[in-house]
Amino acid sequence: MIENTGVATKEDLAQVEPSLERREKGPVAVFECFQEIPCNPCYTSCRVGAVEEFKDINDLPHVDHDRCTGCGVCISHCPGLAIFVVDQSHQDYAVVRVPYEFLPVPSEGQEVDALDREGNVVCRARVRKVQNAKSQDKTLVVWLEVPHEAAMTARNFRVVKDR
Amino acid sequence: MISLRAYDAIVIGGGPAGLPAAIELASCGAKVAMIDREDRLGGQLTKQTHMFFGSQSQRAGTRGVDIAGILAKEALEKGVEVYLGATVLGYYDDRVIAVEKDERFIKMKATAYVVATGASEKMLAFPNNDLPGVYGAGAIQTLMNVHGVMPGKRALMVGAGNIGLIISYQLVQAGVEVAAIVEAAPRIGGYWVHASKVRRLGIPVLTSHTVTQVHGTDAVERVTVARVDDSWSPVPGTERDFDVDVVGLAVGLSPLTELLWQAGCAMRFVPALGGHVPVRNENLETSVDGLFVAGDVAGVEEASSAMLEGRLAGLAAALKLGRGSVTGVMKAMEEARLELESLRAGPVGDKIRKGLEALAREAMAS
Amino acid sequence: MRITHHPILEFQRGRKVRFTFDGREMEGYEGEPIAAALHAAGVRVLRHSPKLNRPRGFFCAIGNCSSCLMKVDGVPNVRVCVERLREGMQVQTQVGKGDLLESV
Repeated sequence: MIENTGVATKEDLAQVEPSLERREKGPVAVFECFQEIPCNPCYTSCRVGAVEEFKDINDLPHVDHDRCTGCGVCISHCPGLAIFVVDQSHQDYAVVRVPYEFLPVPSEGQEVDALDREGNVVCRARVRKVQNAKSQDKTLVVWLEVPHEAAMTARNFRVVKDR
Repeated sequence: MISLRAYDAIVIGGGPAGLPAAIELASCGAKVAMIDREDRLGGQLTKQTHMFFGSQSQRAGTRGVDIAGILAKEALEKGVEVYLGATVLGYYDDRVIAVEKDERFIKMKATAYVVATGASEKMLAFPNNDLPGVYGAGAIQTLMNVHGVMPGKRALMVGAGNIGLIISYQLVQAGVEVAAIVEAAPRIGGYWVHASKVRRLGIPVLTSHTVTQVHGTDAVERVTVARVDDSWSPVPGTERDFDVDVVGLAVGLSPLTELLWQAGCAMRFVPALGGHVPVRNENLETSVDGLFVAGDVAGVEEASSAMLEGRLAGLAAALKLGRGSVTGVMKAMEEARLELESLRAGPVGDKIRKGLEALAREAMAS
Repeated sequence: MRITHHPILEFQRGRKVRFTFDGREMEGYEGEPIAAALHAAGVRVLRHSPKLNRPRGFFCAIGNCSSCLMKVDGVPNVRVCVERLREGMQVQTQVGKGDLLESV
């Protein structure tokens, strides 16, 4: 259970994952936020009104996946770094966007190891894009191309030397 | 003879609680001094690389280190007179304090005080806990994030509260490997999002585990951890060794209340608030007239609520001094109280709510 | 072990200065705590405890705990985690309680 391990269970994830149908339409945010903590920047940062207004600052966020455009602005605004964007609209690969606050920063086109929620290697990934706008305030957003099977498990990556 | 420097208000401690208190006081037109023993303002905020939680009015989404800069700038702009590298040595009967700065003594006096001295780290007993390489987790943070020096190559963190989780993440940011986080309780005490961040880096969080011993001649070379049973005792046969040169202790904080004891504040022992804490009213005024408290010294919590408490205490002190517009100050106090209440309203505020209730009961009882 | 690149922070360091540790020439940055400079140079034992002669190092970093007392320019019991480094300082491992009269 996440309170013992820090890792979301299948049941936890089932509550927050957008449907495959939605993911195949294009990018959509996945909010892996399971604990009621006093926090709402996901709501204030969303430009399209996809995050429901908080009645209480401690509420869990509710995302309207149909309204979400997958713009990804929320990724670098979430203090818990708990938001990812998944896009399965491409034939050959899925794109997973993850927050990243470490060095080295990978370059676009570089191959990295995609990691799951426990830091295990799930697959190789190709870095499609690295976003580092001033508004992101040093929380980079890295776009990973991974096989479709890894779309809902790849949530981090590691830059591997000598590759 | 040592001359006396007089102020309307003196704020002791320039961290997340003290800064907003001084800003509010100065905004109301009070002559304010702020004293901090460090060489920079911001207190623990200066070590926080992560974005803060809360809402926009509490600067959610801004990194602690940047909040420190914003608040310090504001305090200076409002005319707060800042004494850095200065330690308050004593509080005397006639509302006079003695301050040491640059190996000289300064005598100061104020009508109102806000004590925002924060908290210090607790220690954990195990063989060789005094070996070089065993650090308070906050010391690791200071070394890395203020002075830019790595504490070692590979670390083990003790405690999976927010501090243990956050500093483990910061260790990796600084280029130090983290072998594991051990936590004696069966559950992770910190925010789950912080735990998930370190898990995604491949760092195990071993709940129901503790450190039983550290090994090394002149410094830490290895650490033994073991599982603990329901009575917190290590279970024989479950020991595991990790080769590390750093052990971080993030096992809780104790309010730094020396000055409050000296001033004669009524104190009560409330474990949920971190130990002995001052009795105070809803405006954070202690049993000593005109002496206010804010932040961890009033009960160990976290920085967002410390900032709000600082605001409230500063405003209440201004009201006491008769500074600012009464209606304006009272309205701002009400806002701060409501924001504090909402921060503490959820499940993660449970402990602090219970602690504050216990303190109120204890205070009533005597 | 200095942190040269950090994903979030930038470190503003003073000018480079020379000092000695138990007679050995060392380098650090002016104004940083002596203990930080020693740590960066790999020195972890800062003193030996008065009774049991146990090695002691950097523990609290904020001048609270007295784990890091050293002899600086002949003066014993200096908390090197908060004492700022200056050019030419002579820093020594302290053994025992330190004799104040010796430094007069």
